[in-house]
Amino acid sequence: MHLRPKSLDEAMAFLSEERAVVMAGGTDLYPAFVDRPPPARILDITAISGLRGIVREADHWRIGGATTWTDIARASLPPAFHALKAAAREIGSLQIQNRATIAGNLCNASPAADSVPPLLALDASVELASASGTRTLPLADFIKGNRRTEKRPDELLTAVLIPGIAEQARSVFLKLGARRYLVISIVMVAANILRTADGRIAHARVAVGSASAVATRLANLEAALASAPAHTPAGSVVAEAHLAPLAPIDDVRASGAYRRDAALTLVRRALAEADGDA
Amino acid sequence: MLDAAPATAFTLNGEPVRVPADPAARLTRILRDELGLTGTKVGCDAGDCGACTILVDSDTACACLTPLAQVEGAALTTVEGLATDPIGRRLQSAFLAAGAAQCGICTPGMLIAATALLRANAAPSESEIADALGGVLCRCTGYRKIIDAVADAAADTTVSTPSPQAGRAVGARIARLDGREKVEGRDFFGADAIPPDALWLKVIRSPFPRARFTFGDFDAFLASHPGLVRIFTAADVPGRNLHGVIPPFADQPVFAEREARFRGEAVAMVAGTRAAIDRLDANAFPVAWQGQPSVQTMDAALAPDAPRLHANRPGNILTRGRVARGEADAALATADVTVSGSFETGFVEHAYIEPEAGFARRVGDRIEVTACTQSPYMDRDDLALVIGLPPESVRIVPTAVGGGFGSKLDLSVQPYIAIAAWHLNRPAALVYSRPESISTTTKRHPARMSVTVGATRDGKLTALRFAGDFNTGAYASWGPTVANRVPVHASGPYLVPNYRAETRAVHTNLVPAGAFRGFGVPQAAIAVEQLYDALADKLGVDALEFRILNALTATDPTVTGQVLGAGVGFRACLESLRAPRAKARAAAAAFNRSADGPRRRGVGVAGMWYGCGNTSLPNPSTMRIGLKRDGRFALHQGAVDIGQGSNTVIPQIAADAIGVPLAVIDRVSADTDLSPDCGKTSASRQTFVTGRATQLAGQAIRALILRQANAGPAAAIEPGDGRVLIRDGDVVRSLDLATLPLDSHGYVLAAEETFDPPTAPLDADGQGIPYAVYGFGAHMAEVEVDTELGTVRVLHITAAHDVGRAINPTLVEGQIEGGVAQGLGMALMEEFLPGRGENLHDYLIPTIGDVPPITSILVEDPSPVGPMGAKGIGEQALIPTAPAILNAIADATGIRINRTPATPDRIRAALLAGHP
Ligand SMILES: Cc1cc2nc3c(=O)[nH]c(=O)nc-3n(C[C@H](O)[C@H](O)[C@H](O)COP(=O)(O)OP(=O)(O)OC[C@H]3O[C@@H](n4cnc5c(N)ncnc54)[C@H](O)[C@@H]3O)c2cc1C
Ligand code: FES
Ligand code: FES
Repeated sequence: MHLRPKSLDEAMAFLSEERAVVMAGGTDLYPAFVDRPPPARILDITAISGLRGIVREADHWRIGGATTWTDIARASLPPAFHALKAAAREIGSLQIQNRATIAGNLCNASPAADSVPPLLALDASVELASASGTRTLPLADFIKGNRRTEKRPDELLTAVLIPGIAEQARSVFLKLGARRYLVISIVMVAANILRTADGRIAHARVAVGSASAVATRLANLEAALASAPAHTPAGSVVAEAHLAPLAPIDDVRASGAYRRDAALTLVRRALAEADGDA
Repeated sequence: MLDAAPATAFTLNGEPVRVPADPAARLTRILRDELGLTGTKVGCDAGDCGACTILVDSDTACACLTPLAQVEGAALTTVEGLATDPIGRRLQSAFLAAGAAQCGICTPGMLIAATALLRANAAPSESEIADALGGVLCRCTGYRKIIDAVADAAADTTVSTPSPQAGRAVGARIARLDGREKVEGRDFFGADAIPPDALWLKVIRSPFPRARFTFGDFDAFLASHPGLVRIFTAADVPGRNLHGVIPPFADQPVFAEREARFRGEAVAMVAGTRAAIDRLDANAFPVAWQGQPSVQTMDAALAPDAPRLHANRPGNILTRGRVARGEADAALATADVTVSGSFETGFVEHAYIEPEAGFARRVGDRIEVTACTQSPYMDRDDLALVIGLPPESVRIVPTAVGGGFGSKLDLSVQPYIAIAAWHLNRPAALVYSRPESISTTTKRHPARMSVTVGATRDGKLTALRFAGDFNTGAYASWGPTVANRVPVHASGPYLVPNYRAETRAVHTNLVPAGAFRGFGVPQAAIAVEQLYDALADKLGVDALEFRILNALTATDPTVTGQVLGAGVGFRACLESLRAPRAKARAAAAAFNRSADGPRRRGVGVAGMWYGCGNTSLPNPSTMRIGLKRDGRFALHQGAVDIGQGSNTVIPQIAADAIGVPLAVIDRVSADTDLSPDCGKTSASRQTFVTGRATQLAGQAIRALILRQANAGPAAAIEPGDGRVLIRDGDVVRSLDLATLPLDSHGYVLAAEETFDPPTAPLDADGQGIPYAVYGFGAHMAEVEVDTELGTVRVLHITAAHDVGRAINPTLVEGQIEGGVAQGLGMALMEEFLPGRGENLHDYLIPTIGDVPPITSILVEDPSPVGPMGAKGIGEQALIPTAPAILNAIADATGIRINRTPATPDRIRAALLAGHP
């Protein structure tokens, strides 16, 4: 059964009654069913009006859950979104970006989900809606582990909300993979930095993905950046100890030791690039 | 169920359609099966290969990931719709002219992605082309000609070579003769011609590397699964439950009988309607498994108490290979300088974009198998044993092959479809999924090699000792060939007076390793060509000059004692690299001086040789050419074209041998009922062996025609409508074909010639004449290493090859570029890990962004035996790339990588270990 409602209410009402697999772009779902039968009940959210697109609301940006990576890459957004747009262009291939959605990337909750570090660097929250109401959670609280989220089966991720702060921050995304296109990240880093007119770092966000079960911000590094003397090159602030929150593992793509080492290099480079000297 | 489903309406290539089908169905299924448009290909069903790329409105999408429901109201464009699109048409012509389609399985996806690009951007840069095509994988071309074709189409600068006049076909850069079908999506691959009334099959496979099993209640299972028709096991194999590409070693059961010896081995098979097979969950099949202790590494397999895979193969050794000449140990003991090293290479997957596929039907007491294959006659003979029929009762109808590279020499789907069709008397079809293809078909042997080389102080090689173990997996496949080929080739094309090379093919409980472009020689080259660099280093001589000094010449004996006498263009290949290398080294040095960051550049070279055809074994090809009543020639082109170009090269040779324009040659396919045996498409033998048979047959039919007209040997033959004019000086005679009798094949005149390369058996020390012809080559790689991350960017490859005579230079370059891309993958990223990575997102092959510009240098030192002097190039092209890249990494960083692939984590670890 494949249900493709046109309204959010219809979708939520259905989910409150029935268990079904939610599908957006299908780019995570379909590959899981190469050698076995597909799920019996699918709720396809791609026809729901109002779930796709990016708007600036009073004090925040709202990215509809069904917004595709191509939509994001093509949108006109402030500099702070640069890392997110760069990540959008690195997700799989154009074919994937044209159909895959932001909610799908977050709900799938892969440790290698490329959008998570840039969204963490943007202080993003997610909006979850169900027949019993709507709630908003910080992204960092929403993703609980490898392929685990706070989302209940009756909820839809309707939007990603981004506060309208530090919109002029310089924003960098670096993805390390073993080939040029169509590659799952070995490590990726997003950094957003805003300096005051006198050269101090007023706003610093650094997040690393693929080096722990859930992408994570490096809080101690951010604090060190914020307290660094004016004009200190951001990359020079980075110390190995700042990577303590990471817990990289060995897998087919790389060893854990390599991931930690590469993350350090990428964090330094991302900050240097955000400073404009790379 | 179909009529109960709601209909989805959309526009397809400009026409409105309504499809009443499951709205969750993958669009690939709808397009191919419901609407009959098989131009959209399926390589993975997972978004990883892009072969299924279509346009949904103006944007590309993977049809395999798009549910039917989501295209309601959309306008879809598939490759079949490009003919009416000006940009699409331009791209098709450009792909054809540039040689951008080899096997053609990726071509529809590439064309669609390029169409989307050119609609949005009329003059894209190279990097914009790569960004747009990055989602479509190609395993054949190395992408360079694809980039050229898109640029040509954008600029509308496509130049097509006209069909050559008499005597001008060989050497012409003509577009491949089967290319139109490929660029229009009309070529039929294994999965494209399955009849609608076919039953479908699902093979039940062992989840354990070694397991015993007991079946449950089949009747109850069938009764509870409507649409399933029958279950097959070993008991249902009508003939011999065994197959194997080398008959004396045949050891692989169609269905395991008591014990499965690798993860993925077949134990049973279910037949049913397509819908029932789709719904079937293989985990529900009634079988109980008992996992057994297994050996998954060569160390485990060689341990004294290791469980034995095959009772008749003690120590789990399948075969040993050996070549010895002179006194290697003594010469090494007294050499002025020696270097030693141990090297290891990983499992490499062929990763052709077309998974194995086909169908079979029973016709009376014959069985007909229509499937993708590299070796129709071998399939025929082996299937005859499996079904218990005489070989003439088996007909193999080869489809177009979406890449083979060695793995489609072995049987895959064929025994299953043949057994089912035989029993059910209905067409039976099987299309492997990507995980099934990767987990069950052959791989490149992982190798472990120890090598010592010695030289005099003035740089002359004196001795080489090589010991290599090759992990051959659970069954023989081509393991004996690898074990025998490697000792013959491990020296490389150098004069090595004292030599001993010994190999073992070792069984493990892993998927069988078999033939893959080079039969073990690329692995040996990774070891030996790196050590030659280390030796040159130690001697303080230049690595290229060291190779030139030691290069084998036509008068030197090879390590098997053969003196080739002529056609040894190796030194010329090396010398052609002198100037490009000087330039590359200067550029790298300048970069390294100016850059104080972590990036370091380096330049590396490596040489190679490769014997064409079977090693000291007969491997004849038989070519028939017939003159038809209409004045055209039928060429029984039995050399299966797996993308390498035999459908084009063989007619080119035929045309010039007969002395007629290429346009009057018609190809008859490699169907075993229609064409004589041209042998297998492997060992780089088709251009050489079938080409030579074609030259002989062409010359023979030419002589027959001239004799009819009593004309001299220099006379011109001018085919016309229903007649042939023979112009001998001023005398013109007309042969009226309508009045001449027809032979049993329907030809007015026909010639059939067989060519078997002259070789001689090897003695116990491997001395003898293994091959009649060798191809030679040398590559130079320029790389940039990011020393902080361990990543490598290959900047440029210069590839010099002695091909004897380039029958079609565009196709030769295509083979070189494709070989380079595979060599690059083997060097830097490709490693199959059994049980993990059985898909194309964990198993990484190079994308369009990973293959650098490639400069081909064609050296033509004619072979005295090859047709018009030609030698093979298919495997040759891959062999030197990986060692050249590894040598370049060492040049850039001082670090030697002894374990391939040289992934970023391995390089970084080596750098950290080397520079504490
Ligand atoms: C070839 C290929 C390459 C890829 N490369 C990358 C890459 O480089 N980087 C990367 O990060 N990802 C990559 N992906 C993964 C994937 O494309 C992304 O995660 C994508 O954003 C998923 O979005 P989707 O809309 O296709 O999700 P779907 O497959 O439709 O859904 C994914 C999951 O999210 C749930 N879901 C989707 N939308 C909602 C919603 N609104 N509310 C509640 N639940 C929802 C679904 O139930 C499902 O569990 C790749 C995938 C493929 C096939
Ligand atoms: S078949 Fe769709 S991407 Fe491979
Ligand atoms: S031509 Fe691209 S895969 Fe064969």
